[in-house]
Amino acid sequence: MSWAFLRDLLSGVNKYSTGIGKIWVAVVFMFRLLVYVAAAEDIWKHEHDEFECNIKQPGCENVCFDHFFPVSHIRLWALQLILVSTPSLLVVFHVAYRENREKQHNQKLYKNTGKTDGGLLCTYLISLILKTGLEIVFLVLFYKLSNGFKIPRLVKCDIQPCPNTVDCYISKPTEKMIFLYFLVATSCLCIVLNLSELSYLIFKYSIKCYLKRHMKKQQ
Amino acid sequence: MDWGALHTILGGVNKHSTSIGKIWLTVLFIFRIMILVVAAERVWGDEQDDFVCNTLQPGCRNVCYDHFFPISHIRLWALQLIFVSTPALLVAMHVAYRRHEKKRQFRKGDQKCEYKDIEEIRKQRFRIEGSLWWTYTSSIFFRLVFEAVFMYAFYFMYDGFRMPRLMKCNAWPCPNTVDCFVSRPTEKTVFTIFMIAVSSICILLNVAELCYLLTKFFLRRSKKAGNSKQQPNHENKEETKQNEMNELISDSCQNTVIGFSS
Repeated sequence: MSWAFLRDLLSGVNKYSTGIGKIWVAVVFMFRLLVYVAAAEDIWKHEHDEFECNIKQPGCENVCFDHFFPVSHIRLWALQLILVSTPSLLVVFHVAYRENREKQHNQKLYKNTGKTDGGLLCTYLISLILKTGLEIVFLVLFYKLSNGFKIPRLVKCDIQPCPNTVDCYISKPTEKMIFLYFLVATSCLCIVLNLSELSYLIFKYSIKCYLKRHMKKQQ
Repeated sequence: MDWGALHTILGGVNKHSTSIGKIWLTVLFIFRIMILVVAAERVWGDEQDDFVCNTLQPGCRNVCYDHFFPISHIRLWALQLIFVSTPALLVAMHVAYRRHEKKRQFRKGDQKCEYKDIEEIRKQRFRIEGSLWWTYTSSIFFRLVFEAVFMYAFYFMYDGFRMPRLMKCNAWPCPNTVDCFVSRPTEKTVFTIFMIAVSSICILLNVAELCYLLTKFFLRRSKKAGNSKQQPNHENKEETKQNEMNELISDSCQNTVIGFSS
């Protein structure tokens, strides 16, 4: 089980997406997943070993690290990638449900099982709303965790068993901050794409509904 | 998800590229991505652990390392490769869109559609003309821009392409100016120069491809203008088609673009 599973999942979802949805998949692959695996993971690899405090008191470094990094940024990033990609599964399940139904009844119930209309459209819209919501939640979490997307070189710590206020130094703070900003930028881009797709779909189908009603009235 | 997935995605684009584009893709994968993964990552693997400063002051080493390496060479190259590969996706999307349109035409039973079945549409290789030409040319242009920007950023951040053995650091909390020693400076310099050289070759290939496409475009235009003056219209289409076929470079790969084939 690795990121390849997520990649295959998203490729499957791509079939039932709109054009903007396909751009979203491309952005997630190239600018989030690939950057995570190829670059970001290595930066946070030895963060605990390289976290250094100006004290010899045993346990002080551990405690201070735990205080400033309750959850490591890289783990949060991985969670974000997984959770943000998962709502697309709803669409895949719905299409599979439709195909299953057709098989059970042994007749063609839908013009095209993969076309976004009726129930599948609702599922698609729900998945978009969930994706956007999760992105915003994670952005807020990152903001809270890094105190405003900042990673300082030095943090002062005075938790037991540290005898007094101790200077602790974070490793590679600039590089971590650069990649954090990159993460925030791609997250915002994905939110914009999701919102545009949402508005495009709502607009398209309301026009369709309106025209249908208009034609019926004329008849 | 790794560089292999990128290879599969770009492999699909390869089918619709010119021959220079294919050479560029080969250079990218063999001399940049493979070298990065197989060799360069090992050289930079222990960079902070073996970055040694002549002081016992806790925190001085961390701070000095952060000061001299705001972003590691390896990460910068990885980002460069990702950004440089991304414009090719524009071409992949355009091709997928065209295929989708042809399939729609075919399904509607349009008489204009010249394909016999869906399989033919799926396997068909599109010529680089019309709107696809514009997409392809802009993708090459963006590639060039990204390459240049990253090379400049590299030069600007590290004051050239040489990795010094010794760096003098006096950032707080270092008590005074402290000597810090970089691990494997010569090996890092060698790989840096290699990656820069291959980057420059890629830039040259992109420039050559751009010139080739522009030349082809203007030649085609002047031929059309010349033909329309001499002969009636219904003979032109066949002749231009013949000319274009003669200019094409064919490829027998199957389309392996993941996620972009509908």
